This record gives sequence, C-alpha cells and structure tokens, in this order.
Amino acid sequence: MKAQDVPGALSAGSGGETTQAAMPHRNSGLGRFLLMGIPVLALWIAVYWILEPASKWITFDLAGMAADSRLGMAVQFFIFESPKVLMLLLLVVFGVGILRSFFTAERTRRMLAGKRESVGNVLAAILGVPTPFCSCSAVPLFIGFVTAGVPLGVTLSFLVASPMVNEVALVLLFGLFGWKVAAIYAGTGLAIAIFAGFVIGKLKLEGWVEEWVYQTAAGSGMDGEEHLSWKERIQAGLQAVRDIVGRVWPYVLVGIAIGAGIHGYVPVNAMAQFMGKSAWWAVPAAVLVGVPMYSNAAGIIPVVQALMEKGAALGTVLAFMMAVIGLSLPEAVILRKVLKPKLIAVYFGVVALGIMVVGYLFNVLF
Amino acid sequence: MLDIKVAGPGCRNCIELESRVKQALEELQADATVMKITDYQDIAKAGILMTPGLIINGKVVLQGKLPTVGIVKGYIAEAANGKSEK
Repeated sequence: MKAQDVPGALSAGSGGETTQAAMPHRNSGLGRFLLMGIPVLALWIAVYWILEPASKWITFDLAGMAADSRLGMAVQFFIFESPKVLMLLLLVVFGVGILRSFFTAERTRRMLAGKRESVGNVLAAILGVPTPFCSCSAVPLFIGFVTAGVPLGVTLSFLVASPMVNEVALVLLFGLFGWKVAAIYAGTGLAIAIFAGFVIGKLKLEGWVEEWVYQTAAGSGMDGEEHLSWKERIQAGLQAVRDIVGRVWPYVLVGIAIGAGIHGYVPVNAMAQFMGKSAWWAVPAAVLVGVPMYSNAAGIIPVVQALMEKGAALGTVLAFMMAVIGLSLPEAVILRKVLKPKLIAVYFGVVALGIMVVGYLFNVLF
Repeated sequence: MLDIKVAGPGCRNCIELESRVKQALEELQADATVMKITDYQDIAKAGILMTPGLIINGKVVLQGKLPTVGIVKGYIAEAANGKSEK
C-alpha cells in the first residue's frame, strides 16, 4: 500500500519553524476533523456492536450451517473475529499514530541521556512503547543512544520494550483475549525490558560492544524541534493506519483463519497435554520454539488464542508470544553489527530468562 | 545544485524514500545529486537515529518516517530557495 500524494497530506515544510508563519490557520484542521470524526466514530461503534449477531445470522441463518457443527463454528469465528480485530486495529493504530507524533527518537534520547541506571531502565522501557521504532533502525538508534551518554543497559531496555510491547500486539490481545491479558502482557513485557537492561547494566559489559561504536562521533541530528499542528498530527495518525494496517491485514486474516480452524476442529483439551500447566517443560520449550520463529504479533496471536481455548496454559502461551514477538533471529543478525556475539548471547539469554519467569509465574497464579 | 542523501541500510521504507526523492526531483525538474548512505557508521555520523533519513545540503530534514512525494518536494523547494537567497 503506497501512500502517494494524498490531497491534504502533511503540508510541505512541517519540519522547519520558518514555515509556521506561512500557515496562519494552524488549528483549522482540528475542528473539521472532529466534525467528521464524531459521526465516523459513532458508525464505528454501531458496526462493532452488531458484528457478533451479524456473524451468527450470516453463518447459521443465511448460510444455514448448524451452530454446533465444526464448520459452522469455524466459519462464524472467522466472520466475527476478522472484522472485529481489523476495526480495533484501525481505531487504535490511528490513535497511536497521533500519540507517536509527540514522541521522536531524539526527544527520547534527550530524556534518557545521563539518567541513572535504575530510573533510566524504567523510563527507557516506558518510552520504548510510544517511540516509533522499526528493526532496521535498531543499529543507528543504538549508536546514537550510547554515544550520547545513554547507559548500555538503559539502551537495551528500550530495545527490548519497543518491539515487544507494541500497539498491534495489544490490540490483538485485547480483541481476542480481553483487557486483562492485554494488561498483563504489557505489564510483564515492560518488567522484562526493565529487568534485562538492569542486569546487563550491572554486569558492565560495555567492553562487549564493538569498539568502533564508542569511537563514532554521532551527529546531533535535526536542528530544532518539530512543531506539528493538530492537523498534521491527525494526518500522521491516518498515515500510520495506511502504513501499519495496510501491511498487517493479510497476517491478521491468515492468523484468524488458522485460529478458526483450530477453534472448530481441534478437540477441547487437546493442548492440555503439551501446553498445559502440568507440563513443567512447556514454558522453556515454548521460548525455544518461539525465538527462531519470525512472525509478527498479527499472525501469531490469533493462533495462540485458539490454542489457549483448547487447554494451553496462560503462562505458556504468554511466554511463547513474547519469545516470538520480542526476540527474533533477524534482530540478532542486525545487532551483531554493534554487539559482540558474547553480548548478544547474554542479551537474548537474559530476556529469555525473564520470559520464562513470567511464563512460570502465570502458570502458577492462574 | 542540491546535495541530497538518503540514509538507510536498505529496508523497504528507505528504498521507497529514494524513489520518491527521484520522483520529486523529476516533477520539480530540479538539479541534484542523490546519494545513498547505507553504512551504519555513516548513518550514525550523519545524526540519524531512525531510518529512513533525508539529508539535504548536509542538514537532516526528516528521519524515522516515510514522507509523501509532495512533502519531499516541499523540502527540496525550501532548500533550493534558501540557497538562492544567500
């Protein structure tokens, strides 16, 4: 999906202060968007509420499938869950897009530079969530952070939290599991990021960073802050919807289709034996299987949700999701440019350990 | 003549930005050298934290997002005008 020249897209010189004078009606866009936004939101809510009865009506009345048949269950699951999750994605990604326009990597770096380790780890993990991040930025970000005086452990807290706790994962968890699991995931994800960064900071592993990193005189980047109007922030939200939802929707549909298959065809409690609470080895196995798997949250969460319905334990499922989303081999390969293999091993080891602790904890608690 | 650099290790957005810069230059019929910075060390030296980054005449004008062709044109026009005023 390409964001071509859309009428009314971000006005030309959004980065410079000089252009401000040329835009006298800076807030005129906000009113118009609110005027349009409220009916759209009302429509959204109305459609969202009728999704479940509509999906049942289409499957069982219109198509005439039996409500207790396997095919019927799978089809109804798919017809209900896929528009539901896509609608949630549209709304949340739009909101997060606006939120993100307040956070830039540079502002985050300024807030983290020179912070003490413990406070810095917490702040870095929290800022990792709203600060925009993509894995190909991991290396320049790493260099920019450590050379600006952000401690190594604090930088790593950021790098763990940013991919693991992301809006797509949270939406899917909220939509398919409910708000409690979404909150647990976000909370424990942040805790792991804080813990891993703190431990690595205490181990004093700066020597395991490639030498050239600290010798690089990283530039100061953009001069001057970006001042965005509300209109521009709303457009940033729409842009995020085009970019993110445009990219992940096929994964969501495939994930939900597989989930629907499991939902309809796998017998209840089939997973209890290997992913249930009683299997002590399930948590480490879930992490070991999860790390090399490279999938995004959109593809993996619907599958995992269906597994949980069939008897897999919450802790095991959480551990698997975190390992898939938070740790990936391509990321290790990218980070190898700046970290020596020993440090990558420690980094992955500590994060994996944190994930396993969370897995066991939830298997015991729930 | 403008000196434009696109910073990025070769991810999807970086390649897309380069093609949008070229399209913008074509539409404006502006004269510029377009270079890619792909080495991580050079990207960091340029002060880019998030890719893709757009550098015009040594100044980072944008990073961490993919601008539309229209926005790129704005930056190019701004840089070109700023230069002629000096």
